Amino acid sequence: MTQLGSFPGGLLLDGQKRRSTQTAIRTTPISKKLILPMQQHIGEAAQEVVSIGDKVLKGQKIAQANGHMSVCLHAPSSGTVTAIDKQPVPHPSGLSAPCITIETDGEDRWIKRQGVADYSQLSDHEIRQRIRDAGIVGLGGAGFPSFIKLNPGIHHVIDTLILNGAECEPYITCDDMIMRERAKGIIEGIIIMRYALRVTQCIIAIEDNKPEAIVAMESALEKYPETDTIKVVVIPTRYPTGSEKQLIEVITQKQVPKNGLPLDLGIVLHNVATAYAIGRAIIHGEPLISRIVTVTGTDVKHAGNCETLFGTPISELLNFCNTHRHKDVPFVMGGPMMGYNLTADDLPVIKTSNCILVGVDNTSHQSTAMPCIRCGDCAVACPASLLPQQLYWYSRAKDLDKTREYNLFDCIECGCCSYVCPSEIPLVDYFRFAKTEIMHKQQEHQKSDIARQRHENRQARLEHEKAEKERRHLQRKLALAATQSNKEKAATGNNVGENK
Amino acid sequence: MALFKLTPPFLSGSSRVTKHMLQLLAALIPAIIALVYFFGPAVIVTIILAIVVALLAEALMLKLRQRPLMPFLTDGSAVVTAILLAIAIPPMAPWWLTTIGILFAIIFAKHLYGGLGYNPFNPAMVAYVLLLISFPLEMTQWSPITSLADHVVDIPSAFQFIFQGSLNSQIPIDAISAATPLDEMKTQIGLLQTPEQIMQSPIFNSLAGQGWLWVNIWFAIGGLFLINRKIISWHIPFSMLAAIATISLVTWLISPESYASPLFHLLSGGTMIGAFFIATDPVTAATTVKGRIIFGAGIGLLTYIIRVWGGYPDGIAFAVLLMNMLVPLIDYYSQPRVYGDTSS
Repeated sequence: MTQLGSFPGGLLLDGQKRRSTQTAIRTTPISKKLILPMQQHIGEAAQEVVSIGDKVLKGQKIAQANGHMSVCLHAPSSGTVTAIDKQPVPHPSGLSAPCITIETDGEDRWIKRQGVADYSQLSDHEIRQRIRDAGIVGLGGAGFPSFIKLNPGIHHVIDTLILNGAECEPYITCDDMIMRERAKGIIEGIIIMRYALRVTQCIIAIEDNKPEAIVAMESALEKYPETDTIKVVVIPTRYPTGSEKQLIEVITQKQVPKNGLPLDLGIVLHNVATAYAIGRAIIHGEPLISRIVTVTGTDVKHAGNCETLFGTPISELLNFCNTHRHKDVPFVMGGPMMGYNLTADDLPVIKTSNCILVGVDNTSHQSTAMPCIRCGDCAVACPASLLPQQLYWYSRAKDLDKTREYNLFDCIECGCCSYVCPSEIPLVDYFRFAKTEIMHKQQEHQKSDIARQRHENRQARLEHEKAEKERRHLQRKLALAATQSNKEKAATGNNVGENK
Repeated sequence: MALFKLTPPFLSGSSRVTKHMLQLLAALIPAIIALVYFFGPAVIVTIILAIVVALLAEALMLKLRQRPLMPFLTDGSAVVTAILLAIAIPPMAPWWLTTIGILFAIIFAKHLYGGLGYNPFNPAMVAYVLLLISFPLEMTQWSPITSLADHVVDIPSAFQFIFQGSLNSQIPIDAISAATPLDEMKTQIGLLQTPEQIMQSPIFNSLAGQGWLWVNIWFAIGGLFLINRKIISWHIPFSMLAAIATISLVTWLISPESYASPLFHLLSGGTMIGAFFIATDPVTAATTVKGRIIFGAGIGLLTYIIRVWGGYPDGIAFAVLLMNMLVPLIDYYSQPRVYGDTSS
C-alpha cells in the first residue's frame, strides 16, 4: 500500500449516504416530453441539426459540437422534435437557454449503434472523436468535455490516470451505486482511457465510507488479466477529498501548482461514471443520453438512485421517488455543500445533474449574520490554505485588489468556511461576488482597451489619410506647377518657333 | 419559521458565537472560585456590578447605533469583557472605578470602533490601562490573601465598602489592602534584596505568591479546557508562556540574585489569565497561525520587560495593547503559503 497524503483543512461531515443506498439503481419511466438544453457542458453550446417536426430515434444526434470546447447532444428516446426555443434550465442564475424539446412516442427505438468490440483497432484520436461525438462530459458535476481531458498534447507526459470515486459531498451516492452495480463497465471504460492516454498506472480512488463499492471494484478487477496496472486505493472520508487538486494530493502527496493543471504533474483525473459512459460509447456505440441521479433528502420517501434520461422534468423524477416537497426546505441540484438552489421543479435533468436534494438535516437558515470575530476557524477549514476571514474583510469593503493579493481566485468555493463560521456569515457568497466583480471589471477593462485601441487606430488612420491627402495635394500642386511651367516653356518655344 | 438559505452551503456546523462565549465563561468559573477562596467573596460583588453596567452600556450603544438588541446582548461578548475586567481590578474596587472602566470598555473601546468584531484593541485591557493610569491608588489596593488576613470581608461588608466607601469599624484597613507578590518582588528587588530572601515573606510559598499560584493554575486549567474544546487555539498561550519562560530563565540563570525564577513569573499576577483569556481574544489578536505565534511571543516578552524593567508591577495589559497595534502588520506578513504555490 502506498503512502497517502492529505490536504490542508477540510471537514468531517455526516455523509447521510445510507438514505439513498438502500435500493438498487432504478430506471425512471420515459417522460412524455424531454427538454434538452443545448449547453449541458462547459464551453460552447452545441448547434442543432434537427428541425421542428423531425422524427428522431433514440441515440440520434440532434445537436452538433460547435467549436473545439463543445460536445454533441443526442435524443434520449425516440419521438418528434416539437420545439427549439428558450426554456428555463437548471442553472444557478435561473435563466433560460436554448433547448430542443422532444415529444416521446414511447417506443424507445434505438438508432443503429456502431460499437467496436476491440478498442485497440481504433487510434487514440479516433477514440477521442467517438467520445466527443457521443456527447460525453465529466459526470462528477462540472461537465467538462471528456475528450479534451484525454488529449494531453505533446508537451505533457501522462503517467497516471486517477478515477475519482471519492464522492465526498454528503447525500450524493450516484458514483457509489454505479461502482457497486456496474464495476465491470467502469473497468472497460478505464482500459480504453488508459489506452488513449498511454498511461502506466490507473488508480481508482474511493472514500472508505463506501465499503460495498470498494469490494465491487476490487472483485471486478480480478476478472481482468491485464489489470495489474489498475488498482483501487481506499482514501479517508473527508470533505472535499473529491475535489480534483485535493484528491491528487491525497493520492500522490503532491500539490498541483497554483494556476497549474493536473497535467503538470503527469496526472489526468476522470470521474468513475464518466469511465462507464466512455466504455458504453466505444464498445456499444451508445451516446450519453442518460445518467444516474441520486434523489434524496428529508422530504423524499423512496430515496435512491435512478437511471434517468436527459430532459426528464425533475418533477417526474421526484414523483417517481415519492417526494412531498415542503416550501421551506432547500431544493437543490447537487450536494448540500456546493449545489445550487432550484427555482422550479419542471426543469430538466441534464448531464451534470448528479443529485436532486429535497430537504437536509441541519439546514442553515437565512439568519442575520453576526460580525466576524476573526476566530480563524475558516482558515483552519480551508482546503486551499486561504485566509477567508481576511478575504471576507476585503470583499465586504470591495477592496478588490486586496482580495486578489489574498489569492481570492484560489478559492474552490467548497463551502467549508461558511460551514464552520460561528457568526454564520455566508462567506462563499462574498467570494463569488468579489470574483464576479473582478471578472466584470476585467471585461470592462478589456472592452475599454479595445475601444481605446480602436480610437487610436482611427486617429492614426485619419492622420495618415490627412497626411496622404496633403502629400497628394502637394504632388498635384507640384505637378500643376510643372505642367504650367512646361506649357510656358512650350509657349515660349512656340513663340520662338513662330518667331523663326 | 426561518427561511432556509438560498445559496450553498445548505448545511451548517454547530459552532456559534454565543456558544464560544458561554464556554469561555464556563472556563473562567474555577479560577473565579479560587479568587473567592483566596481573596474573599468581594470579587463576586464586583463581577455582578460589572456585568450589569456592561449590559446596560451595550444596550444603550446598540440603541444609539440602531442595531438590533437581542442578538448582540445575548452574544455574551459584553459579559466576557465585564468579567475579565472585574477580575483584573482589585476585588474591593469602589463601584465608580468598576463603572468607569466598564463604560469606557464598552462605549469607547468597543462600540465607537464599530462594536463586536471591529475593535482593534482589547476592550477590557483598554479600560484596565485607563483605570491604572487615572486611579493608581485604587488600582493597587489588592485584598490580602484570606489566610493571612485577620478579618475576612464578607459579602455585606464588601457591599458596604464598594458602594459607600466605608468599612465596618471592626475591620482594620489592612484587611482590604496588601502588597501583591509582584509588587513585593519589584519593590524589594529595588531595595537590593534577592528573590530568595524576598520569598521568605509569608505572602509567598516556595514557587510563587500564596493564593496567586492557585488562581493562575486554575486559569491555566480553564484555558486548556478551551483549547480542548477548540474555542481557542494553542498558539497564542503557548508562545506567550514560552516567551516568558525563556527570557526569565535566561535572566535568572545569569543572575539569580536579582531576577525571580521562571516559575514565579509564570504563576504570578495575570500571566495565565492573560495567556489563555485575554491575549486569545480573537477580534484583537493576530489571525494567522504564524501570526498568532509572533503575537503571543511579543506579549510574553513585553510583559516580562515591563514587569522587570518597567514602572508597573505587571505588564499584561500594556503588552496586549502594544501587540494589538501590530496585528495588521503581523497578519499581512504571516500569510500562509496558498495551496500549490511553489514560489518560496
